[in-house]
Amino acid sequence: MRFPKLPNLGLGDRIPSHQELERMEKEEAGDRPKWDNKTQYMLTCVGFCVGLGNVWRFPYLCQSHGGGAFMIPFLILLVLEGIPLLHLEFAIGQRLRSGSVGVWTAINPYLTGVGIASLLVSFLVGMYYNTIIAWVMWYFFNSFQNPLPWSQCPVNANLTDLVSECTRSSPVDYFWYRDTLNTSTSIGDSGGLQWWMVLCLLCAWLLLYVCCLRGIATTGKAVYVTSTLPYVVLTIFLIRGLTLKGSLDGIKFLFTPDLNELMNPSTWLDAGAQVFYSFSLAFGGLISFSSYNSVHNNCEQDAVIISIINGFTSVYSATVIYSIIGFRATERFDDCLEGNILALLNAFNLAEGSIKEGNYAESLQNLNGTFPETIQSLDLKTCDLQTFLSQGVEGTGLAFIVFTEAITKMPVSPLWSILFFIMLFCLGLSTMFGSIEGTVVPLQDLNIFPKRWPKEAITGIVCLVSFVIALIFAQSSGNYWLALFDSFAGSIPLLVIAFCEMIAVVYIYGIDRFNKDIEFMIGHKPNLFWQVTWRFVSPLIVLVIFVFYFVTKVSSNVTYIAWNPSSEDFPTLEVLEYPAWIYVIIFILAGVPSLVVPGTAIFKLIRRCCSNKNVYGAEVDTVSAKVQMFTTKMS
Amino acid sequence: MLVWILFLLCQVGAPALAQDLCQRDAPNGYKVRISLKTALGEDAYEWNQSEMFFFQATMAFAMRRHFQMETYNVDNIILCVQTSRVSFWFVVTSPDNTTMLIPKADVEKAVRMSRHRINNAFLLSDRTLEFLGIYPTLAAPVNPDTPPWLIVFGVVIGAVCVGIIALLISSLLQKRRKEKGMTEDGQDEEDMQVKGVENGINLDGTYNRGFTDDDRFTKL
Repeated sequence: MRFPKLPNLGLGDRIPSHQELERMEKEEAGDRPKWDNKTQYMLTCVGFCVGLGNVWRFPYLCQSHGGGAFMIPFLILLVLEGIPLLHLEFAIGQRLRSGSVGVWTAINPYLTGVGIASLLVSFLVGMYYNTIIAWVMWYFFNSFQNPLPWSQCPVNANLTDLVSECTRSSPVDYFWYRDTLNTSTSIGDSGGLQWWMVLCLLCAWLLLYVCCLRGIATTGKAVYVTSTLPYVVLTIFLIRGLTLKGSLDGIKFLFTPDLNELMNPSTWLDAGAQVFYSFSLAFGGLISFSSYNSVHNNCEQDAVIISIINGFTSVYSATVIYSIIGFRATERFDDCLEGNILALLNAFNLAEGSIKEGNYAESLQNLNGTFPETIQSLDLKTCDLQTFLSQGVEGTGLAFIVFTEAITKMPVSPLWSILFFIMLFCLGLSTMFGSIEGTVVPLQDLNIFPKRWPKEAITGIVCLVSFVIALIFAQSSGNYWLALFDSFAGSIPLLVIAFCEMIAVVYIYGIDRFNKDIEFMIGHKPNLFWQVTWRFVSPLIVLVIFVFYFVTKVSSNVTYIAWNPSSEDFPTLEVLEYPAWIYVIIFILAGVPSLVVPGTAIFKLIRRCCSNKNVYGAEVDTVSAKVQMFTTKMS
Repeated sequence: MLVWILFLLCQVGAPALAQDLCQRDAPNGYKVRISLKTALGEDAYEWNQSEMFFFQATMAFAMRRHFQMETYNVDNIILCVQTSRVSFWFVVTSPDNTTMLIPKADVEKAVRMSRHRINNAFLLSDRTLEFLGIYPTLAAPVNPDTPPWLIVFGVVIGAVCVGIIALLISSLLQKRRKEKGMTEDGQDEEDMQVKGVENGINLDGTYNRGFTDDDRFTKL
C-alpha cells in the first residue's frame, strides 16, 4: 500500500535521477564545492549544532525543571524529534545536491517559499548572534589586565566614593550594563551608537568574513580549531572547577532529580524546544553542508553520531558550568556569613574567632535571647546556600554576570577569563558558519546576484549589509533589541519551516520515493523507527510546540526587562511593556518569514495564471545543447 | 604640708582625671578596632600592654608629625574601654595642659597624614586597623594612556585584515591562472578542430586545408 501523498507533477524532471547521480559521482563533474575529508564535514556540523545554547540555556533548563529528571524528557525528545529531523535534512540535501532554496524548489516550485523563509531566518538570526559574539570579544579584549575591570567598582569623578550605581548593584552588573552596553532605560530610548561596541561589531564581522570568504574551502579549515577548542576548554574548566570549594555542591544541585517536574507540561515543552533549537534545524545550513557530500555517504550514521555528540555536549557543559556556579554560590555564602559574624563581633566586642561558621547559629540564638534590640538594629542578612545556588541565570546573564563573577574569585583570573571567552567565541563562530551558509547559498540559488560574481563578493555583501543593520544592537538600547530578535525571529518561524519541511518530504516528495532514495544512497531502506517518526511523531511534536508557543506569545502581555538605576527595586530589573510600534517590528520578525511560505506559493500561482505559461518547465538534453521546453496550455 | 597633700592628690587624681577625659563615646575621642586574626591569621601576635604602649607611641609620633612644633609624649595619649575584640577608645591631651583635649578634627588630620605609617607599624591595613569615623582615602584610579583592550583589539583586527587581503589576492591570482590555463586549452581545442575532431558547437564549418599558411613548410 502506497503512503498517501499530494499530486506533484514533473518531479522526475526537476531532480537528478539515480543514474545521473552515479555518473556525477564517478566523473566528479560540476563545480559544486566538496569537503576535503569526512572529518571536516562532521566538525562543521557539530560546530553548527553545538552553540551558545548548549552552554547557557541547557544548564538553566536542567536545573529549573527538576535537575536529573530533566534528562528523561530531553533524551526522549532527542530521539523522537531531533534525530529524525536531522536525518531528514541530511538525506534530502545529499540526494538533491542543493541548498535550501534549490531543494524545495526542486521538490515543488510552489515550495520555494520554505527556502526563502530559511534564508530570512538565517539572515536575521545571524545578525543578532554575531552581536553576541561581539560582546564576547569585548570581554575577551578586556581580559588582558590584572585585576579584571569587573572585579571592583570604579571611583567616582571627585574621588570621594565608589560609583553609586555600582555599589548598589555589583561590579559585574555595573561592568555589563554600564561599561559594556551603556544601556538606556527603555527600548524607545535609543541613546546613540556606542563607539566601542561598533568597533567590536566590526571586528566580529570581519573575522567572520575572513573565515567564510570562500565558503567551505575556508570554513572547512577554520572548524578544525573552532569546533574542537571548546571541548578542550570545558575539560580544563572541569578539572579546575573540581578542585575549588563548593563545586560538588553545584553539581549535586544540578542533577538532584525531582520527578514531580515530569508531570508539568512546560517541562516537556521546554525540553522539546531546546532539542529543536539546539540542533539548528530549519536554517538551511545543514541541507547545504550535506549537499557537498558524496552521494553514498552514510547520512543515517552521521545524524545519529551528531545527535549523540550534541546531547553529550549539553550534559558535559552543564556539569562544568554548575561546578563553577557551585563554587560561586559557596563563596557568596561564606562572604555573607563572614559579614554577619563580623557585625556581631563588632557590636558586642567579642574576641575574634569566638563565633565561627560552626557555632554561628547557636551564638546568634544566645545573643538574640539576651539583646534582641541590638540584633534587630544590625539588620543581619539571611545566608542560605540553596538560594545562592538557585539564582538560576541563563543566557547573557550567565556568561557575562554570574560566570565572570566566579572567575574573579579564582586565582589567576585573567587566564580563566581569556579561556572562557575564547570558548564562547569558538562556539558562536562555528554556529555563524552555518548561518552564513544558509544565507549565501539561497541567494546564489535565487539568482539575486549575477552569476559571474564570485562567492567572495556575495559573502562580502551579506556581511556588510548584516553589519550595517546590526548597528541597531550597538546602541544604548541594543540589548533590548537583541532580546526582541531572540524571542521572535529565532523561535516561531523555525517551527513553521520545520513543520513544512517534514510535510514537504513525506507528503509532497513522497515518503516511498524518499525511502528508495535512501536505499540507493546508503544501501538499506530506513527501518520502522524512521518511518514512524518521519510520518507522524516528529511533525506532531513540532506542531504541538508551535501551537503552545504561539498561544503563549499571543495571549500573554509582551514585556521585557530593563536596567533602570532610578527604579525602586534596583538592582532588580524592571519589567516594562513594549510600546505599540514594536508590534510592527515583531510582525516583521516573526510574521514575514512564516508568511513567505504560503505567500510565495500564491505569488507563483498568480504569475502562472496571469501569463498562461506552465511553470513546470523541463530540460531536455539534445546533441548540441540543453534546450528549455515549455508546454503552453491553451485556455 | 598643704603642698604635700596637693601633690598626693595630683598623683591620685591625675589618673582619675585622665579617666574622666577618656570614656566611651567621648566627644573628642576615637574608637579603634583591630582585627589581628583576620589580617595575619596564624602569624597574629598577642595584643598586650606592650602593644598598647606601642600604639600610644605611634599616635604621639603622628601628632608630632602633624603639629611639628609641639612635642607630644606617650602620656598625652590616653586609652580606655579595652575589650577582647580588640577595640579601645583614645583621646589626645595637649602637651602644655594635660586637662585640655585636642579637638577631634585635628586628631583626624594627624591620623590621615600618617595612616600608612601607623598601619605598617602594626603590620595591618586600613581594613584591619580601623579608626571609626575616619574613612580611608580611596586610591586614585590608574588611567593608562591607551586602554589595554584597544591594544588587543588592534592586534586582532590587524591580523584579520591581513588575512582578508591575503585570501582575496590569492583568489584573484588563482582566477588569473585559471583564465590563462583556459585560453591555452582554447588553442588546443582549435588544433583538435583542425585535425577534424568536432567538440562542442562548430560555428565555422570544417577547416579547409587548402588555405593553410604553407610558409612554414615550403621555403623557396
